[in-house]
Amino acid sequence: MMAAAAAPALARPELVCPAGTPAALRSAVDAGADCVYVGFRDETNARNFPGLNFSRKELGEGIVYAHERGAKVLVAVNTFPRAGQPELWHQAVDDVARLRADAIILADIGLIDYAARTHPELRLHLSVQAAASNPEAIRFYADRYGIRRVVLPRVLTVQEIAAINSRISPVETEVFVFGGLCVMAEGRCALSSYVTGQSPNMNGVCSPAGAVRYTETSQGVTSELGGFTINQFAANEPAGYPTLCKGRFIARDKASYLFEEPTSLNTLTILPDLIRAGVTAFKIEGRQRGRAYVAAVVQAFRAGIDAVMAGRPLPDIDLDRITEGGKQTTGAYEKAWR
Amino acid sequence: MTQVTKLTLGPVLFNWKPERLKDFYFRIADESVFDTVHVGEVVCSKRTPFLEPVWPEIVERLTAAGKEVVLSSLALIMSDRELEQARGLAASDGVLVEANDISVAAMMAGRPFVAGPLLNIYNEGTLATLEAMGAMRICLPAELAAGPIAALAAAAATDIEVQAFGRLPLAISARCYAARARNLAKDGCQYVCADDPDGMAVETLDEVPFLAVNGTQTMSYHTMDLLAEVGGLAAAGVGRFRLWPHSVDMAQVAALFRAVLDNRVEVAEAETRLADLCPDAEFANGYIHGRPGHLFIEENA
Repeated sequence: MMAAAAAPALARPELVCPAGTPAALRSAVDAGADCVYVGFRDETNARNFPGLNFSRKELGEGIVYAHERGAKVLVAVNTFPRAGQPELWHQAVDDVARLRADAIILADIGLIDYAARTHPELRLHLSVQAAASNPEAIRFYADRYGIRRVVLPRVLTVQEIAAINSRISPVETEVFVFGGLCVMAEGRCALSSYVTGQSPNMNGVCSPAGAVRYTETSQGVTSELGGFTINQFAANEPAGYPTLCKGRFIARDKASYLFEEPTSLNTLTILPDLIRAGVTAFKIEGRQRGRAYVAAVVQAFRAGIDAVMAGRPLPDIDLDRITEGGKQTTGAYEKAWR
Repeated sequence: MTQVTKLTLGPVLFNWKPERLKDFYFRIADESVFDTVHVGEVVCSKRTPFLEPVWPEIVERLTAAGKEVVLSSLALIMSDRELEQARGLAASDGVLVEANDISVAAMMAGRPFVAGPLLNIYNEGTLATLEAMGAMRICLPAELAAGPIAALAAAAATDIEVQAFGRLPLAISARCYAARARNLAKDGCQYVCADDPDGMAVETLDEVPFLAVNGTQTMSYHTMDLLAEVGGLAAAGVGRFRLWPHSVDMAQVAALFRAVLDNRVEVAEAETRLADLCPDAEFANGYIHGRPGHLFIEENA
């Protein structure tokens, strides 16, 4: 990695924040988000959770609120349309264009093609669910459809991200800096449908709440997903949500968190490296989270980015209380994670 | 207009030693009814240096036996080295290439190629785009149900292929879980994935079979078995079925699927014979019925 002094002037990255509700959108904007990303209240987006997301009317009002305060709104339509039933997805794309969102976040090639043909003025971002993990893949979407920004899958090291950025100009990259952590390449994982029948790609859900059950036993609590035990907790332990890749399983006669521990991505300590790698936008995961979470994380990363840009040391901000299981990782950004 | 439904042998997804691969493919060449045979490393680029020396001989033997040979690409391409490997594959002359990452499809654009099951082809729009790029055959993702498959087969100008046998590739990661299970990092993995020729079994804490790990790939524990469904799918326009290699007698497994497709064996009889051929397997077909993938749904239940 180049030393900061030898690098050209750093571009100030945008902070892209989640909003699962209109109230969360206003909180994120008020806390200093440059952009807020949202989805419609249906299967067209990858956080299709009960009680979450936006009606058309709410999105229109949210866009006005954000624009009045200098913030942008990005709308995720990032599941894969069902064969024979593209109408719901096409309507979502049309409505994003009509409501004048600042960009649409898409994953499916056919839907990107539809958006590029039908709404040539609409700014297109490539969703992490498209899992474009190398310059050739990114150029495919840029050359063919005019994709302007790519959300990179959480499989790449900082070094690999820097190498990609040096070869895809003027396409921008956005990376996740905080929150839930997919350990599989996003958009290329069918574990959830294997267990529950519903998946991120088809239904916009992973390990859906409807398939979750907690059973009390004499030893404590067992968490299940689709009838499979995902974890067991002692009576005095808090029982975590059974996200299936964060469970304990037996392999080679040993029980362990085989895929990943219940943990959150937190990149505060490596923000300078990510900025030097030429990343345009930093994304916070968690449209399903509450306003307090969004506000705390946005404030922390706002302070972190501002410190790096001003050449000050990183602020020491403790986000332990809002991370999963109180654990944090820099994930795939460091090669040792693999 | 009736076209004979064809059988494809998918690429070996596991880390088999070069000698074993040679024996396996030679027998497939000499004794199997497969129409098409895939070779190449899909899962982990660290395995390729050991395999590259044996591919030419294998391809030659398969071609001489009249099999159509397809070279399958890596699924997850991240490093420059992996990208170079993919470019080399895409530059291959006179042999079909299967794209398992969109970057490889882009490299192939304008020439005929196979769109692999690890691309996300869920609907007519994406299907049409891939066809326009040159895809002459499209293998669909594992999680699709019969309804969407029929819709895609009806819309396709090309050959639609459906996965019909074997552990299903469900996820791919940068992290190696075979190494992690042994407290190793991927960089110093010692190629431990080779210890499990059909994948490492993963059980729940109450010892219920759950998944299987093949290095950076996570697969179903259950073995997909569509013997009861291939007839209906073929009638709906599916042109090919893909069987995934396992350390069972794949020539006989293929013969069984052929016999069912040709109405020479009753499905119930074929199921019994498949269970005999795969004594360790638990079968599943849930996805095709729109249910969780691990379930086995009796057609007439």
